Amino acid sequence: MPEMTLIEAIRQAQDEELARDPNVFITGEDVGVRGGVFRATMGLYDKYGPNRLIDSPLAEDSIVGVGIGAALYGMRPILEIQFADFIHPALNQIISEAAKMCYRSNGEWTVPLVIRAPYGGGIGGGLYHSQSVEALFAHVPGLKVVIPSTPYDAKGLLKAAVRDPNPIIFLEPKKGYRLIKGEVPEGEYVVPIGPARISRPGRDLSLFAYGMMHHYALQAAQKLESEGIDVEVVDLRTLYPVDKETILNSVRKTSRALIVHEDNLTGGYGAEIAAIIADEAFTDLDAPVRRLAGPDVPAVPFSHPMQDWFMVNPEKIAAAARKLAQW
Amino acid sequence: MDKQTGLKLYHEMVLIRRTEEKAAELYQQGKIGGFLHLYIGQEAVSTGLISARLPQDRVITAYRDHGVAINCGLPAKEILAEMLGKVTGVSRGKGGSMHLADVSKNFWGGHAIVGAHLPLAAGLALGDLYQKQDGVTICMFGDGATNIGYFHEALNLSKVWNLPVLWVCENNQYGMGTAVDRASAVSQIRQKAEGYGMTNSRVDGMNLVAVREAAQKILSEIRNGSGPQLLEITTYRYRGHSMGDPERYRKPEEIHLWQEQDPIGIFRRHLLDNGLAVEAELNAEDDAVEEEIREAVIFAESSPEPQAEELFRDIYVEA
Repeated sequence: MPEMTLIEAIRQAQDEELARDPNVFITGEDVGVRGGVFRATMGLYDKYGPNRLIDSPLAEDSIVGVGIGAALYGMRPILEIQFADFIHPALNQIISEAAKMCYRSNGEWTVPLVIRAPYGGGIGGGLYHSQSVEALFAHVPGLKVVIPSTPYDAKGLLKAAVRDPNPIIFLEPKKGYRLIKGEVPEGEYVVPIGPARISRPGRDLSLFAYGMMHHYALQAAQKLESEGIDVEVVDLRTLYPVDKETILNSVRKTSRALIVHEDNLTGGYGAEIAAIIADEAFTDLDAPVRRLAGPDVPAVPFSHPMQDWFMVNPEKIAAAARKLAQW
Repeated sequence: MDKQTGLKLYHEMVLIRRTEEKAAELYQQGKIGGFLHLYIGQEAVSTGLISARLPQDRVITAYRDHGVAINCGLPAKEILAEMLGKVTGVSRGKGGSMHLADVSKNFWGGHAIVGAHLPLAAGLALGDLYQKQDGVTICMFGDGATNIGYFHEALNLSKVWNLPVLWVCENNQYGMGTAVDRASAVSQIRQKAEGYGMTNSRVDGMNLVAVREAAQKILSEIRNGSGPQLLEITTYRYRGHSMGDPERYRKPEEIHLWQEQDPIGIFRRHLLDNGLAVEAELNAEDDAVEEEIREAVIFAESSPEPQAEELFRDIYVEA
């Protein structure tokens, strides 16, 4: 099975979906001639031409608005927001338009739309090229929020997203674009949107994560294994709608839960998972539910030491897990 | 214009006005809740414009959408039922006054966020361009919307991509309570298209015939590849921005001045002067509208309200 990077899996998924369905097209800033700022669409312009790889003006709300309109028409747009940090001008289109179209029309209008956006810090991007935005969208019924952490899932989930009749926010951990490699089978497959995945079974503690933090969680779990702590790692993959069953089954088995994300703590996505566990698995717990998250500061600072203080990493995860296992 | 078309368009304009007068009454009785934005005074704009479209042309508009919905062929009874929040309404009671829509009539909705539907219109037009269809998307919005970023982005993008879209600004002189020249740097909205190299024009929106002829010409040009165009239609709303507007921003004399050139009156005279109708025929249309409204109110008031389970319906499309 060929090994590839996360970004290559994303590129390949788009290539295959463009080939499969003539209604699929891609628009966004520099997605065409330039091949995307992270090269997620590299080579696709030459292969599919300017009608299907459409370079847009620098105007995020219009990129999303046009995508919604084209999706209403019956097209299958894939939109690239160059950095998740730049998605905020488009919030109205995503929250007030895309998420509500089906509901306001009693199912008559559908918005089969994928909005891809690289997110997250740890790349020296500073305040406006490092943000995590998942909590905003995981609060909005009508949207689905997907975050892959492996090349296999990135390809399979992106292909599923393109075929899904609903608007999907597809967030890609950009630090992992070239760092994370993995096996991707040749040929057609999709990974269903919805189910979480137990990526490492364990007995002592459940570690819930997604994106880059899932990658780090696995490293932390490996480290703790040598210390005799058997960590179960769950890659959430789809944040909304969330796979409660996998989460609760895991906690019922291990009786301890640690949720990790790099977005800041307060009002973050981990709070929802903690509430679900408290609500539905309270009697199964042997310890308080813990969250390890970015600090409550407005942005990821630029300077390297400050960025390191901000970022969650395998050592911080291992320390938090160790403490919880001993509680 | 032939006699049949003349009578049909006259009927539509009167139907819009009477439907809205009835809606205002129902609102004052507390039967319609929330917000209600009346189109009275502007009837010739959408009636003339939409009479010029072909079936494949999409129409999308802002929240002042009752008239547009009627012109697109939505029945008055389903519109009134929607305003009353009934399950028989065009949006099964989920939308209300501002969110009428019916794709089967190629009416892509009223939209409540000012300016936000302009990029959607560009996307619909992109669909026609992509699929090599000859439809034109007609996107209507008020003068206030031309001050928000969406307008400028959508005009620019539509020109760059050569989209088959007709941008229609209904300039009714006020963005809510703010006069156009107090909010817009240029007093003629059409001037804004100049910055995007876009063909633009301006027409008197109290005159249905003028609107219709302008729209026919421009739609044909766009269909033949002219690229997007902007049409400014000057008009005036007689009522407040919405029900309960104290209207401190204008004087009654100003309203009376506009009412002297009432669009229904002008068109009625046009039909009579050009031998397209006689008084008795127009009176018969008036009577037919009265009866239609009477039945529509009975239908709307006697219709059931939605059941609680509707709340959780249609959040997602089942894959």
